[in-house]
Amino acid sequence: MTTSADIQTLETEELISGSEAIARACALADVDVITAYPIRPYDTVMQFVSKLIADGELTCEYIVAESEHSQFEIVKHASAVGARVFTGSSGVGWFYAFEALAVTCGLRLPMVAMVGNRALDDPGAFGCEHNDALAVRDLGWMLNWAATAQECIDTAFLAWRVAEDPRVFLPVAISTDGAFLTHSQQIVKVPDKSLVDRFLPPYDRGKFQLHPDNPITIAPQVNEDWLMEIRRQTDAAMRRARDVIIEAHEDFKSIFGRGGDPFLEEYMTDDADVVLMGMGTLTLPLKVTVRRLRERGHKVGFIRVKWFRPFPTPEIIESLSRFKAVGVIDRDYSLGSPLHGGVLFNEVRSTMYSSDSRVPIIGFVAGLGGREITLRSTREMFEITEKAAEEGTKGQEIHWIGVRE
Amino acid sequence: MSTYAVEVVYRGIFQKRLSGNICRSIVLASRMEGKIGTAFGRYGDSPERNGIPAKYFAVVADDALELEEYLAQYEPTQVDATIVVDDTLCKGVESWAWYGLQPINALTKPGGTVIVTSYQDPEQLKEDIHVKDEPYNLAIVKGSKSFSGLWVYKDDHTDVRVLGALARVVPDMVSLESYQKAILQQWKTEAKVVSSQRSHERVHISPVEPGEGNETEPYSFEMPGWQEMEEALVIPGIAQGGGFRGGEGGFEPVRSAVFKKYSTRTMRPVVNFETCTKCTLCWLQCPDSCFDVTPDGLYDANMEACCGCGVCEDVCPVPNCITMVNEEAFVDNDSQYEHWQKNRDDYMGWLEKKIALGKSERRSHGFHHVGQYQEENAMAEVGSDD
Repeated sequence: MTTSADIQTLETEELISGSEAIARACALADVDVITAYPIRPYDTVMQFVSKLIADGELTCEYIVAESEHSQFEIVKHASAVGARVFTGSSGVGWFYAFEALAVTCGLRLPMVAMVGNRALDDPGAFGCEHNDALAVRDLGWMLNWAATAQECIDTAFLAWRVAEDPRVFLPVAISTDGAFLTHSQQIVKVPDKSLVDRFLPPYDRGKFQLHPDNPITIAPQVNEDWLMEIRRQTDAAMRRARDVIIEAHEDFKSIFGRGGDPFLEEYMTDDADVVLMGMGTLTLPLKVTVRRLRERGHKVGFIRVKWFRPFPTPEIIESLSRFKAVGVIDRDYSLGSPLHGGVLFNEVRSTMYSSDSRVPIIGFVAGLGGREITLRSTREMFEITEKAAEEGTKGQEIHWIGVRE
Repeated sequence: MSTYAVEVVYRGIFQKRLSGNICRSIVLASRMEGKIGTAFGRYGDSPERNGIPAKYFAVVADDALELEEYLAQYEPTQVDATIVVDDTLCKGVESWAWYGLQPINALTKPGGTVIVTSYQDPEQLKEDIHVKDEPYNLAIVKGSKSFSGLWVYKDDHTDVRVLGALARVVPDMVSLESYQKAILQQWKTEAKVVSSQRSHERVHISPVEPGEGNETEPYSFEMPGWQEMEEALVIPGIAQGGGFRGGEGGFEPVRSAVFKKYSTRTMRPVVNFETCTKCTLCWLQCPDSCFDVTPDGLYDANMEACCGCGVCEDVCPVPNCITMVNEEAFVDNDSQYEHWQKNRDDYMGWLEKKIALGKSERRSHGFHHVGQYQEENAMAEVGSDD
């Protein structure tokens, strides 16, 4: 157990962006291979990785590939030989790597990627949307959304620890809201390497390591006699990831003295009647609105989903069953989906089907393309959700918030 | 509650590091006083490109909760100081997607300050800066525009000179002493501390009264709702155009009513119509089709469409027929050809005066030959001692 005085002397404060925080994590975690291909806003991490290498603070193979597809293929192979890896992309760049993204999970190759969330083209746009990272939600990627630059560095350590755990061996994508996190410099506590070493054991692939001394074949061609069993194995790994995440968060808290609950961050929900929930940096305006509405007597709260895969099903059922209405904010869209709602909305709604509470769930699509989720729009969403609580509707509504009518 | 916000308006790419350094130093210095802050670029719906006006912000608060309260609205609507690191931006900012012209002092709060790095005097700058209903101050840090390229930074002390001035105009946000500690911590050189001190002492501050300044109405543009917009990402074409200024002869293309280039320029071409041979090269080569063809076959650079790249000057085969002149030499966007038509002698005098005032020796920004960095640094140091 580290005392808070210990931690203080073992951490330094820096003014860095979310991207820079993850680059710093790469150096502290002794990453062996980093691959890159520029696309905004992910490319900010490349810039900082290059600087750390140039300054002699990070020694690794740093390969700028000729495309995102190769970028993800290279780290996939590096991971197979037992190298700790880091990579990432944004928007359509992430999609260009899609084949490589899919095969990584089947091969059970851990990697940590940063997705600088960006709208998908066309139209060409730079702003934040979550559809890029969410596109891999069915494949076996673990998906996490960070809210602050501090959480970026902390989550990176957690991500390697969970991904490289032999019970899991699956890739993790850390999503960082483009601009709001990738380009915003905040005061961050950067731990000393000794703390990181205590938390993060070396990556050991054991008998799965591709090495001349350990002759194995990976990535075979199979037919219908095998595939279902292979998928079932990956499914079992994802199911196990849940406990590994909980365990890692507990250890993280005891070593670094911070972190909170692994899956959900709840804000002023104890006596709340109505809550909004969402992912990423929209936390900031929501917390402020919760405080202001509470001053006026509204019993409101906010819940942030930190891990989207594995989806925190028991936590969400337990949490949301306490409320009179829930509004789910999606910084994404899922066109033609049930009720034409967002991805998170439909996942939450499906999760709550097995709950006895039948809490009304309202869907909001907001902040697309990096549009600011303003204090005014958060108030509007609370108003709509409070109304649903009063009327006891079953939440058949989807609202687009902040769109020009 | 005392939260402070500062914006830096800068030329995209050329001054990216400069503006970043200023905002970063503000937050680092505030930390020396136990405050907390954040520094961020406004990266919105438009990419940062060479010379395009862009913004960087720094927000400083007493504690984390106060900072959170402030940042819940991501982009500040009011700032204690607007820092302008290229004085041609005083004409206004079309910052991130051409939604109209934002006066440079639009976010400056009543009683706040606009800090400009410039060799111009307050009266000259006020010809450009739009009028405001509330009083504010105009502070001038004497110096040239500090332009660099994408991969290099011209460390001519503009960053710390701005910080020194900032400590004068917003003293309660961060003290000069804290800035100097942060400067020393980052750059590890006394020289930059001295520069900040000098600038702190020498910054020229003058009040601007309500209604004082450029009275032109900044152009604006109403954005349509989703049901009014054309579907399928289709943008209707613009009609081809017709005669010069609506007349019979010549040719003038119809230009977008909402997409203007007034503030993208740091320099503009002036044309000597007396020596022009009507060779058409400027008209052909201009990447923005900014030249209107006059009825007598001359070419009039239309300031609505010119982005100030200097290609026309490069391709013009007649010596000194087209000259690029620093944008700060101009207060309007009037037609040169019409001026010449009205009074040839007066125009030729005007032309000569403008060229004498601000002929732009360099065709582009950044560094083009070995040793240029040292040369410009030496020049900047001379400037800072003025």
